[in-house]
Amino acid sequence: MEQGRIVKVAGPLVVAEGLVHSRMYDLVRVGEEGLMGEIIEMRGDRASIQVYEETEGLGPGHPVEATGAPLSVELGPGMLEAVYDGVQRPLDVLEHMAGAFLSRGVTAPGLDRDKCWEFVPTVKAGDQVEGGDIIGTVQENAVIEHRVMVPPALSGTIADITAGSYTVTEPVGHLSTGAGETVDLIMMQVWPVRVPRPYRKKISANEPLTTGTRVIDTFFPLTKGGVACIPGPFGAGKTVTQHQIAKWSNAEVVIFIGCGERGNEMTDVLMEFPELVDPYSGEPLVKRTVLVANTSNMPVAAREASVYTGMTMAEYFRDMGYAVVLQADSTSRWAEAMREISGRLEEMPGDEGFPAYLGTRLAAFYERAGRVHTLGTEAEREGSVSVVGSVSPPGGDLSEPVVQNTLRVVKVFWALQDKLAYERHFPAIDWLTSYSLYLDKVTPYWNENVGPEFRARRDRCMAILQRESELAEIVRLVGLEALSADEQVLMETAKSIREDFLQQNAFRDDDQFTSLDQQNRLLEMILLFHEKAIEAHGKGAALKDIFAAPVRERITRAKYLNEEQMAEFDEIASDIETQLVGDGSDEEEVVVYAGGER
Amino acid sequence: MREYMTTRDIVGPLLLVENVVDVTYGELVELEFPNGTRSLGNVLEVNADVALVQAFEGTRGSNPSETKVKFLGRSLELGVSKDMLGRVFDGLGRPRDGGPEIIPEKRMSIYGQPINPTARDFPDDFIQTGVSAIDGLNPLVRGQKLPIFSGSGLPHNQLAAQIARQSAVLQRGKAADEIGEPIEGEFAVVFAAMGITFEDADFFIDEFRNTSAIERAVLFLNLADDPAVERIATPRMALTAAEYLAYEKDMHVLVILTDMTYYCEALREVSAARKEVPGRRGYPGYLYTDLATIYERAGRIKGRKGSITQVPILSMPDDDKTHPIPDLTGYITEGQIVLDRNLHRRGIYPPVAVLPSLSRLKQKGIGPGKTREDHADLSNQLFGAYARGLQAKELAVILGEAALSDSDKAFVAFADAFEDRFIRQGSGEDRSVGDTLALGWELMALLPRGELKRIKDAFIDKYMIAEEGADA
Repeated sequence: MEQGRIVKVAGPLVVAEGLVHSRMYDLVRVGEEGLMGEIIEMRGDRASIQVYEETEGLGPGHPVEATGAPLSVELGPGMLEAVYDGVQRPLDVLEHMAGAFLSRGVTAPGLDRDKCWEFVPTVKAGDQVEGGDIIGTVQENAVIEHRVMVPPALSGTIADITAGSYTVTEPVGHLSTGAGETVDLIMMQVWPVRVPRPYRKKISANEPLTTGTRVIDTFFPLTKGGVACIPGPFGAGKTVTQHQIAKWSNAEVVIFIGCGERGNEMTDVLMEFPELVDPYSGEPLVKRTVLVANTSNMPVAAREASVYTGMTMAEYFRDMGYAVVLQADSTSRWAEAMREISGRLEEMPGDEGFPAYLGTRLAAFYERAGRVHTLGTEAEREGSVSVVGSVSPPGGDLSEPVVQNTLRVVKVFWALQDKLAYERHFPAIDWLTSYSLYLDKVTPYWNENVGPEFRARRDRCMAILQRESELAEIVRLVGLEALSADEQVLMETAKSIREDFLQQNAFRDDDQFTSLDQQNRLLEMILLFHEKAIEAHGKGAALKDIFAAPVRERITRAKYLNEEQMAEFDEIASDIETQLVGDGSDEEEVVVYAGGER
Repeated sequence: MREYMTTRDIVGPLLLVENVVDVTYGELVELEFPNGTRSLGNVLEVNADVALVQAFEGTRGSNPSETKVKFLGRSLELGVSKDMLGRVFDGLGRPRDGGPEIIPEKRMSIYGQPINPTARDFPDDFIQTGVSAIDGLNPLVRGQKLPIFSGSGLPHNQLAAQIARQSAVLQRGKAADEIGEPIEGEFAVVFAAMGITFEDADFFIDEFRNTSAIERAVLFLNLADDPAVERIATPRMALTAAEYLAYEKDMHVLVILTDMTYYCEALREVSAARKEVPGRRGYPGYLYTDLATIYERAGRIKGRKGSITQVPILSMPDDDKTHPIPDLTGYITEGQIVLDRNLHRRGIYPPVAVLPSLSRLKQKGIGPGKTREDHADLSNQLFGAYARGLQAKELAVILGEAALSDSDKAFVAFADAFEDRFIRQGSGEDRSVGDTLALGWELMALLPRGELKRIKDAFIDKYMIAEEGADA
């Protein structure tokens, strides 16, 4: 391979000469230690290289070796449960090799070369296959069956294929291509991270990705294959919300990218995921998770690459037919890494110093999400990648370029508000400014699987919250008493929606997950109280007596009920009925009588 | 030794040196000025045979033709040893207290290396600071980085000194409702001053001396009249010393960095001299990454006994939390303690604004075995109630007290009592976490029980009644 020499070093950027046959985005090895780098600009025979490791100690004259291949990831059995850095170096392996601190030049392949996997073929010799076809499976762990596929560009006839124990690089069989060549079939695929993996066609994302977080599932739903954005000033609970989605969403595979995140937060994920039980399989959550951790103090160029590394892995699982959720925390740090590299390249800056191509890059990244029919002869194998990207706007200013460019492409916006966080209203997702453009798409699913009234109840509650915000102004100026009785009931109901539905404690075992059914029952209950309160007042009951009805205590605590206690909702409903308006039969139990004073 | 007298340009703190050979990025440089003074620098960029050198101690007295530039072939290092305890150094790690040079056990690059995320141990040991506003609501844990966001004229130094003086780790409580005793341990303070005044630095030294904490403290001082660019190295010196003490000598190290604002300004000065494309407010685009290389050096490592806890102090220009320095800091650190001018004006010490303050690691550091089972619920309820009390007070300003409902009035009374009794305490008062929780429950009694929605009933029954019983 050709070798060049360094002429300039400025932070993570190195300029080398003599790399005439290398191409843009090719991977190179820099210096005596062979540090990983990627060519990002070429002028004449000078190539600008972003280096994925600390560049201290490099100087002019040091060698740069071309590899002739773009930055790629290794895809195959062994990715789940792994922890990678931004360029797929396995961090746990590096720890064994070099100790607690990340040393330069120490590297290991993304997939373990020595580990054997039990391969079971699903095709037989003589079968015609094409790119994307599943040729066999490996039970990677108790949760995920790894489906070994024909690489996208390949097709032909299976010459032979045998069950057995193989490493990721040993041939499990052979393929005769149309051109008469025989190709080894191995379990590992190598794919360049900046190139989206192909699929047959994109289809509409109309099935909700449920998360168990009430404000998300009911008010601002995300879909399988959808894209969402969480902005938030620091301290507003963005990270907790993301962890909740990783833990509780009904995606089969979770890719979690800590892009410029805090080290301790990443550790939290690393230590918590193996212990957390996946509510769907009963196995540790980590078994369906791939972690990409490039913390804020790790090299900035690897941070830039980390989102692509994660996305390529997500697409690979999608191609197997899984629903994948990819979380990138935080895309702002990714954008800042782009800005830093762009500054070093002395490019003409756009908004706030970000490169002019910021919007294009963000859009291209989010567009790799989606629900697709995968490649392969098999009819309509379906997979999806949902993306939840967090942004960290400086000073909470949503007009800044990263947020604005992100909002142009995402369909769901969960607006975290620090004001809510100060009041310890968690998740601090502001119900008035958040939105989901998937609402109409998921309604048919809701009608079929939750109940035909669910959408209407949700809209009714949203309208109540909206009205509350308008009335709040008046209340602030002239007091609650200035409102009509119905409006006062509405204010009380809005408060109930906020406290008894929207607020959810991610750290409380009995509150962190709520099924769609229960969410429906909660809304039903709150709206029933609203209706009955108006009815009771219409019959003469005093508002303060209505609001003080003992059943309110039960309403407050209804969100803590579990799946086995659903019958309690019926009791609460009958309590509301008897306590507010009475049924006339059992006067002892009626607390707030229709007709008021007695 | 490669020595050159080929300086072409001198701009601010930077020198452009030509015709150099074999110079590497980040290399340490010794400069000798025409009048014989020597100072240190490092290589910021090297382009073919031209090196850009940043002079830590400024370029006053240098000129292009007579300045000697010597490339030392290594990066900036600190010689470390346990003898550093009790000593005062300048911003580049040279003794400042008139004492002898340290005989180093080893030399460590001050830039350190990132901790492998898989090697980190999660910070979950509660640190009792003895300050209710912190322990009760925003507790600090070992290995955390929790900055104090302050403003000019606010008592952040007193608070930082109080934390340094009182901090203790508790034994594990045997039962969910039992709080463990403080443990005596190998505890050290590393203090780095960047650009603060002599008086502020003197305050800390005095504080440490009076409490004999100085024997277990290492101080690095770069004062307001010391070279500004040296400040870029100072926190790294301090953290290198801290890493040595924590990971090789098994000590629990509390690092106080003050004032990060001046550090960032020094960074901006260099960036401007390099004519880099500025980000917000003229600070360089890599400010976040740069700050991360400092703050992320806090933590714990699996299998090692020591830990590094950071309390950086930064003064927010014009009390503006959205200024790039507090903003980016907040994105890296695990929360923040915000000081409030209004509380300070009303004579409340420590003037901790509890609502915008936050400790992100508190969920891990409190609860049964660590503090007490009711701690999390109680602190949530105190937060919620105080926030509501403040809202009601605002309302009262517009409509008058009379317009408040009975429950709002109760919340107003609660908010006042909370500020006066819970937040306020003496700068020498060391409240145990048990006292802090008891005080919290006492204040809860001011509120109607029906409003205590964030506390599990069992806790209310157990602790509320216990309090009432104790009162009776």
